[in-house]
Amino acid sequence: MRILVVEDDKDVAGFVVRGLKEAGHVVEHADNGRDGLFLAASETFDAVILDRMLPGGIDGLKILETLRGQKNHVPVLILSALAEVDERVKGLKAGGDDYLTKPFAFAELLARVEALSLRGKSEGPLTKLVVEDLELDLLSRQVKRAGQKIDLQPREFRLLEYLMRHAGQVVTRTMLLEGVWDYHFDPQTNVIDVHVSRLRQKVDKPFPTPLIQTVRNAGYMLRAEPV
Amino acid sequence: MGRVLPLPLREGENVAATPSPAATPSSPTTVPSAAPPRRSTLFLFRSASFRFAVVYAVLLAASAAALAMFLWWSTAGLLDRQTEAAIHADAQGLSERWAEGGLPALVLTIEDRLAGNVDDDAIYLLTDPMMRRIAGNLERWPASVRQPAAWYEMPVRRAGITSLARLQRYDLPNGFHLLIGRDVQVRAQLRTLLTDALLWALVIVGAMATAGALLVRSLFRRTLANVSATATAIAAGDFAQRVKLSGRGDEFDQLAETINDMLDRIGRLMDGVRQVSNAIAHDLRTPITRARTRLEDAALHAHTPDDLRAAIERATADLDGIVAVFQALMRIAEIEAGSRRSAFCRFDLAPLLGDVAELYGAVAEDRQVSLVVAAPAQIPAYGDRDLVQQAIANLVDNAVKFSPAGGVVRLRAMAHPDGVEIVVADQGPGIPAGDRARATERFFRGEAARSTPGAGLGLALVQAVALLHQGSLRLEDAEPGVQATLTLPAPDDAAAG
Repeated sequence: MRILVVEDDKDVAGFVVRGLKEAGHVVEHADNGRDGLFLAASETFDAVILDRMLPGGIDGLKILETLRGQKNHVPVLILSALAEVDERVKGLKAGGDDYLTKPFAFAELLARVEALSLRGKSEGPLTKLVVEDLELDLLSRQVKRAGQKIDLQPREFRLLEYLMRHAGQVVTRTMLLEGVWDYHFDPQTNVIDVHVSRLRQKVDKPFPTPLIQTVRNAGYMLRAEPV
Repeated sequence: MGRVLPLPLREGENVAATPSPAATPSSPTTVPSAAPPRRSTLFLFRSASFRFAVVYAVLLAASAAALAMFLWWSTAGLLDRQTEAAIHADAQGLSERWAEGGLPALVLTIEDRLAGNVDDDAIYLLTDPMMRRIAGNLERWPASVRQPAAWYEMPVRRAGITSLARLQRYDLPNGFHLLIGRDVQVRAQLRTLLTDALLWALVIVGAMATAGALLVRSLFRRTLANVSATATAIAAGDFAQRVKLSGRGDEFDQLAETINDMLDRIGRLMDGVRQVSNAIAHDLRTPITRARTRLEDAALHAHTPDDLRAAIERATADLDGIVAVFQALMRIAEIEAGSRRSAFCRFDLAPLLGDVAELYGAVAEDRQVSLVVAAPAQIPAYGDRDLVQQAIANLVDNAVKFSPAGGVVRLRAMAHPDGVEIVVADQGPGIPAGDRARATERFFRGEAARSTPGAGLGLALVQAVALLHQGSLRLEDAEPGVQATLTLPAPDDAAAG
């Protein structure tokens, strides 16, 4: 993936750029708003990581509004120290696809950026998700593994659907809370782990190879090979 | 105050001058006393009490002037109009006579009219083209009367007596001239009397306006002085000061109450800030120390890269914990600031309870705790949906966390006409009565909570959400365990609009 990082803090930018490169992405970096806007508008990226408060007179939101004004629909993840709910709403209203507040864990950032670039790539509405021998039918809302029917609760179905849509990618607990439960705060107890482990009981346990993998310090991933 | 008095007086002068037909119409003179330097005038006008006083004085003077003008118009003015009408009628009659019988008829008529004039106030003078007298009771044509159709008021000499007369000149064909008038000596005296009375009245009004203006100003100042003194005291650091109420319940009392409410709220917010900064200083020191120790320990004593990595990961986890505490604190602060009230709307609480129960049901089951939900199919509520959800989640989280294996957590919700009540009860160790009041303070952790993870912010957030909704959070003994009741009042219809 080709990713543009617009971030003025040298340490944060260096860390993010290094991490993204290690994860196999091609990264461009701009350390001020003017260069950031120029790069974002003139070149093609699969995703943009955008800081909100930038030097150079053009802040992150202005870049975002300009891009959207030019019908540029590149997925944008806003990375900001402005953590209030209103700020978040402002960022998303301006055209941001996701909003991550600082300080952040790199695993969370990577998972979200990769999830973003996936968005809008599927051609036409999907009716069936398939990962290895696991099949999820979105119309009949049935799940089968190796031809064997698996009974899931509605929420378990949505959890599995989310994991399958992001198959091969890391999905963090926060992403699951937001994507499956529509919760935008951090429950103190690790409720997600419990739900995932219940899903595992039904989807993985009766079968020889587990599909739901735990990624240490990050979250989960759906794929055949262990992480 | 230098400008208050002259204003009504000047108005008064104008009133007295304008209706007098003899006087040349005097244009309203421009503020002659605007002598004080411009800066001080501006300064005075910047004082609201002065403005109110001036407005009062000007209003009073203007109404008095209007009244005086009307009085004049309906008395002295009426007399003048009557005189003019009589002269007009005379002229009409005489010109008809002239048309019928020429000069002899006119002379006869004038003499007839003079003879029949009981009041002896009629004045006639008919002259030939050379201004020589033909008939009438004036000896000479007054030299200054030259314009026909204009009104003249002047002293004339008649039968040896000089008196004031109102005259009009008519030019007849063949160069004859006719002067018709009325003796207005008595009326003029009456007018003078009236003018004097009105002028005096205006002087009195001016004095009253000044006195009234001073009174208005001092009233205004006295009312504001109370508020102003309180504000000054608070600005100087004495936050305990409050605006005194007069007890009359008037607008100023209402204002004072509003200001006091505002001050109370500011005080509470300030206490909150103080409490939070103290709490941060004390309670975040521990995890920060832990993280720092881990890192330093690893730097000094780790022998293998794996040890080092493990230490760094643990320190990172500690820091993440600190960040989580910060985020929780900021969220509470954000809720307390009340800015989220714009997101209020009507929503159904029932599915929200179902979601929370579903989310925590799995955790509860894992701990062999049963989570029992009892709620009607529909619970109309009003507020910030996300915050209410988080508050309920926090209560359920606490209840599940503190429940012993085999315990029951009950989540109930009831819709009352005046609001919604959400009750979460557990069978855990409970909160000792002495701690219950402090349980909603930030960072407060009871004895029983020492062994469980958490920062002591969960109930503080629920409390903040309750207050934001003007509801309440009540903690009671459930014997055993805690029963937390979150009440969200129904919106008054105006607010929900």
